[in-house]
Amino acid sequence: MTTALVAGKETGASAEQLAAARRVLMLIAIWGALITVPLWLPLLGGYTALAGRVLVFGLAAMGLNMLLGFTGVMSFGHAAYFGLGAYGAGLTLRYLVHSTPLAMLAGTLLGGLAGTLFGLLIVHRRGVYFAMCTIAFGQLWYYLAYSWNSFTGGFDGLRDFHREAIGFGPLRLDIESGGTTFYFFLLGVFAVGVALMGFLLRSPFGRTLLAIRENERRARFLGIPVEQHIWLSFSISCFFTALAGTLYALLNNFADPLALHYSLSGYFLVMTVIGGMRTFWGPLLGAAVFVVLQDYISSMTVNWMSFIGVIFMAVVLFFPRGLLGARRRGAA
Amino acid sequence: MAQVILFNVTNGLIIGAFYVLMALGLSLILNLSNVINFAHGNFLALGGYLAFALSPTLGYWGALLVSPLLTALIGLLVERLMVRRIYNRDPVYSLLLTFGLAFVMQDAARYIWGPNGLPLGLPDILAQPITQNLFFITWYRVFMVTIVIVSVIGLFAFLRYTRVGLRIRAGTFDLETVSTLGINVRNLRTFNFAVGCMLAGLSGVLAAGQIGLNPNMGDELLMPSFIAIIVGGVGSLVGTLFGGLLIGMAAALTTVFYPAASEAVIYAIMMAVLLLRPRGLVGEEGMMS
Repeated sequence: MTTALVAGKETGASAEQLAAARRVLMLIAIWGALITVPLWLPLLGGYTALAGRVLVFGLAAMGLNMLLGFTGVMSFGHAAYFGLGAYGAGLTLRYLVHSTPLAMLAGTLLGGLAGTLFGLLIVHRRGVYFAMCTIAFGQLWYYLAYSWNSFTGGFDGLRDFHREAIGFGPLRLDIESGGTTFYFFLLGVFAVGVALMGFLLRSPFGRTLLAIRENERRARFLGIPVEQHIWLSFSISCFFTALAGTLYALLNNFADPLALHYSLSGYFLVMTVIGGMRTFWGPLLGAAVFVVLQDYISSMTVNWMSFIGVIFMAVVLFFPRGLLGARRRGAA
Repeated sequence: MAQVILFNVTNGLIIGAFYVLMALGLSLILNLSNVINFAHGNFLALGGYLAFALSPTLGYWGALLVSPLLTALIGLLVERLMVRRIYNRDPVYSLLLTFGLAFVMQDAARYIWGPNGLPLGLPDILAQPITQNLFFITWYRVFMVTIVIVSVIGLFAFLRYTRVGLRIRAGTFDLETVSTLGINVRNLRTFNFAVGCMLAGLSGVLAAGQIGLNPNMGDELLMPSFIAIIVGGVGSLVGTLFGGLLIGMAAALTTVFYPAASEAVIYAIMMAVLLLRPRGLVGEEGMMS
């Protein structure tokens, strides 16, 4: 009996070490793969803009997952904050100043603050009702961008702006041309965003969110102000998604109403679920799978909608834990 | 001016009637199954297309009767084969499932019936205007509103006076207790889903006669239906009824004075309700959380 317990403890400890080692290996693999993209992606027949899209959608989905996977609250309207980020950046570049950092700041603030204010209204809702309010509020921005032709370019989208080179004194980051420099710029912003997100989720605040996800009632009895935490989580998650949206505008030199449409919110969710919504890196992996599949399928057939729809249904019915979630079944 | 206002009021009534039929179906499914049916607009389109396919053989009246029933049957199969598998899981799965289903159904309609608009022929009597000086009020418009009123009354009577209807309403409040009382909740949910789809199919047949058919004809109705439910109050079918009529009329009257804002006013109403009366106009306290 005692030996069995000790043995159990020992395997527990070594399992912990193993998990830590695995985590380090995974981090090395992820960052290694992301940094060397310009080397290996062309060999596989991809192009660097595709990798940029993966980073942008990955960041947006990871932002969403902070709410979905780590707080247990579902938004089906995150495209709104993504699109507001994109339009905020695009409108700033077009009408106000030719400065990439300021455009990113403006877009992130626009999307993040819109989410923060709306979050106040719906923080008492749960489950599908929360989701339904987020969808409807998100579509408000879609219709606004769609119908305010003179300012936003309407259905054709906002054009006539382009990302500007960034100067730090004598240093100059020439991202105008796209290509490798711009990819590394995107990767840099992605890294900062993800590091901040990781820090937040490891902090006592992040642990409290997990507690709310696992058992809201118990968390409430422990004296945790649940509504306040959900509101903060929603708000922060909107800021991250809006940041990704500004990168999207810079990536395409273009912002269109579809970046605000609830379909895109659905894409973010399915990316998260494909990768594994209880895992930190899952949404990035899901974004990679989804972007590559979508690129491939839409080049093959005009009926790409059916394929995307079937992917959604298949993931839900047969693969709900996602790629990284399935691997961790034992650990959880 | 009086004519313009009258024209838009009748428009608002008709649009509101469609919102009501759509939203009542959505609301039924949402209340009992806790599922937002994203494919509801596609069930509407399906109803319209089925009527288009059936009317050469059955005639308009036959198609009007059979097509909603067929839509309900397809809804029943969808619930049996897919939706019921995810009832006990995180709500994200049901949304993604019906969202994917919406994509597949829209693409299927486009594949089968083509991407372009198709007309649904009406019997001659319905296409006539009632009087010459109010040329925009055709018999068909009167007919649509009558059918909607009859089906709404029918639905409420069904929920109030039949055993199954009572069970559905009881299940909305406390499904676990209903289940404990020995009622087969699985079948109840399946039936309820089918009824919701039937309402969508019926609105599809009616809408097709007015605006014609196209693969994404239900999409424009989906979002206002969500808003009708939020405005009326989740959990209350009466609320959904009033919510749908309210936003339909509000949108139509805004069109008279400032057409560009007709869509925005719907969202403004939603925000005002969320801000001032979060449970909705008729909703029960606590039903939204």
